[in-house]
Amino acid sequence: MMEMKATRDGYGEALVALGEKNPQVVVLSADLTDSTRASMFKKRFPERFFTMGVAEADMIGTAGGLSLVGKIPFCCSLGVFASGRVWDQIRVTICYSNLNVKIGGSHGGISVGADGATHQSIEEIALMRVLPNMKVVVPCDAIETRKATIQAAEVWGPVYIRFGRPPIPIITTEDTPFLMGKAITMREGKDVAIFACGIMVYEALEAAKELDKKGISARVINLHTVKPIDEEVIFKAAKETGAIVTAEEHQLSGGFGSAVTEVAVKQHPVPVEMVGIKDRFGKSGSPQELMQDFGLTRFDIIKAVEKVLKRK
Amino acid sequence: MKRNNRIEKLEEIARQVRKDIIEMLALAGSGHPGGALSASDIVVALYFSIMKHNPKDPQWKERDRFILSKGHSCPAMYACLARAGYFPVQELKTLRKLGSRLQGHPSKTDGLPGIEVSTGSLGQGLSIANGVALGLRLDKIDARVYCLMGDGEIEEGQIWEAAMAASHYRLDNLCGIVDNNGLQIDGKIDEIMNPNPISEKWKAFGWNIIKIDGNKMVEILEAFAEAKKVKGKPTVIVAKTIKGKGVSFMENAVEWHGKAPSNEQAKVALSDLESS
Repeated sequence: MMEMKATRDGYGEALVALGEKNPQVVVLSADLTDSTRASMFKKRFPERFFTMGVAEADMIGTAGGLSLVGKIPFCCSLGVFASGRVWDQIRVTICYSNLNVKIGGSHGGISVGADGATHQSIEEIALMRVLPNMKVVVPCDAIETRKATIQAAEVWGPVYIRFGRPPIPIITTEDTPFLMGKAITMREGKDVAIFACGIMVYEALEAAKELDKKGISARVINLHTVKPIDEEVIFKAAKETGAIVTAEEHQLSGGFGSAVTEVAVKQHPVPVEMVGIKDRFGKSGSPQELMQDFGLTRFDIIKAVEKVLKRK
Repeated sequence: MKRNNRIEKLEEIARQVRKDIIEMLALAGSGHPGGALSASDIVVALYFSIMKHNPKDPQWKERDRFILSKGHSCPAMYACLARAGYFPVQELKTLRKLGSRLQGHPSKTDGLPGIEVSTGSLGQGLSIANGVALGLRLDKIDARVYCLMGDGEIEEGQIWEAAMAASHYRLDNLCGIVDNNGLQIDGKIDEIMNPNPISEKWKAFGWNIIKIDGNKMVEILEAFAEAKKVKGKPTVIVAKTIKGKGVSFMENAVEWHGKAPSNEQAKVALSDLESS
């Protein structure tokens, strides 16, 4: 049985680690302190923790102001409220000024579960990656989320970190090297390259095992940083395998698969199949039911691989 | 009563700044004269009397900060920055031109010294000012933050989120100013989306209120001095002003919110300012 842990727990642990190591790190929360695990920081460093109330726009602006006096603020809310709801504040105050503000968006994807569409963030990769100066990271497990969050404080400028609510399998180790912008090849393969982020990396690895039984060799790439994207790894995979499948717990339009495809076509316009949410809103259900209903399982990845191989 | 030299000097700078605004906009062929002219006296008072700052060291840690939330009034700030010595006055002529550091709305990332943060999308400046004030307090830096807002701008909901937060965190190192010129692009504020009663709203949000004539230098200076003494809560100065102040045909004329004068009109405007 694999060890399971919510990525938001990795975020909370990282905030505490950052608090210990860097007195400039401050945390702001828009009334979702426990949901985002900002509570862990609040408990340890109450003097550097700010409750902002149900006022996300003000939270983003205040974080911008704090960064202007050298603080490294982390804004915490659910992804829906930390991205789309405050998109113009992020665009103008944070990104246009290139301020050193970090945004932690929890409850990414439909695996949020029963809360339904209003609380399932399935557009933020697209919304954030279109902004100049913004970096976007979608870690695949709790360990990687911790590393990504710590690294977010070490790189200058706006960073959006997307993580989730439910416990998911731990698939990296403390020793797995993590560098923002540098993809991790989780499994080698020569027939097709599967690019995934977040929870879909685990699904992609499971799909690759199944494909292996069918004699299909699938490379699995954990493309945790959607922006700046690792172009080299995409070029190389496209060239060497000749077929790409992307997998994201997010709208297909403008999202992760689009980002991979935009790069691939520049040098190696190979066939691509994208697994993701097809222009619809989320809904209530258990995380597992929803992943099936929205076509976000290893079986959907396998189907996409079989389809893309026919197009090679 | 004999007029104080300091006041006269500031009024003279304000006259010069207004002339700069007209010349800049005429050269640019676009821009927002109305709100820049209404706010000129306030911005001049801040840069030439009230704020602790150093044009030779724009990043000086102990400086007071000015956040222009109503970013479209930036010609007034640009003129003040230039006249204070942050960059050559000659550069004002590049306003809104390709490659200029004087963008149509203030840009932090185009290299103009003295710009604390990019603004222009209305309603965002007060939150930023709150963050700066909180950060200064955390670092025990004795500096003040000034945030200039428009009276149309306060129709934005984020202003009231920030108003709540400033009061919640008792930011007495923060001073807001509402440039209450009564007009917004579409018309009179009370006809478009009435934000009145303005002072009462801020009061209800827990702020200390000072009401003044925002085109009278004496009143502006007194208000800022008073604001500095208030402890335990932020202060907002509700400054009644005249949009287009100092230029006969622009005063209280809504059509001059966002339109540049022609060369002919600029001549009339400059002569109005000369004789004011």
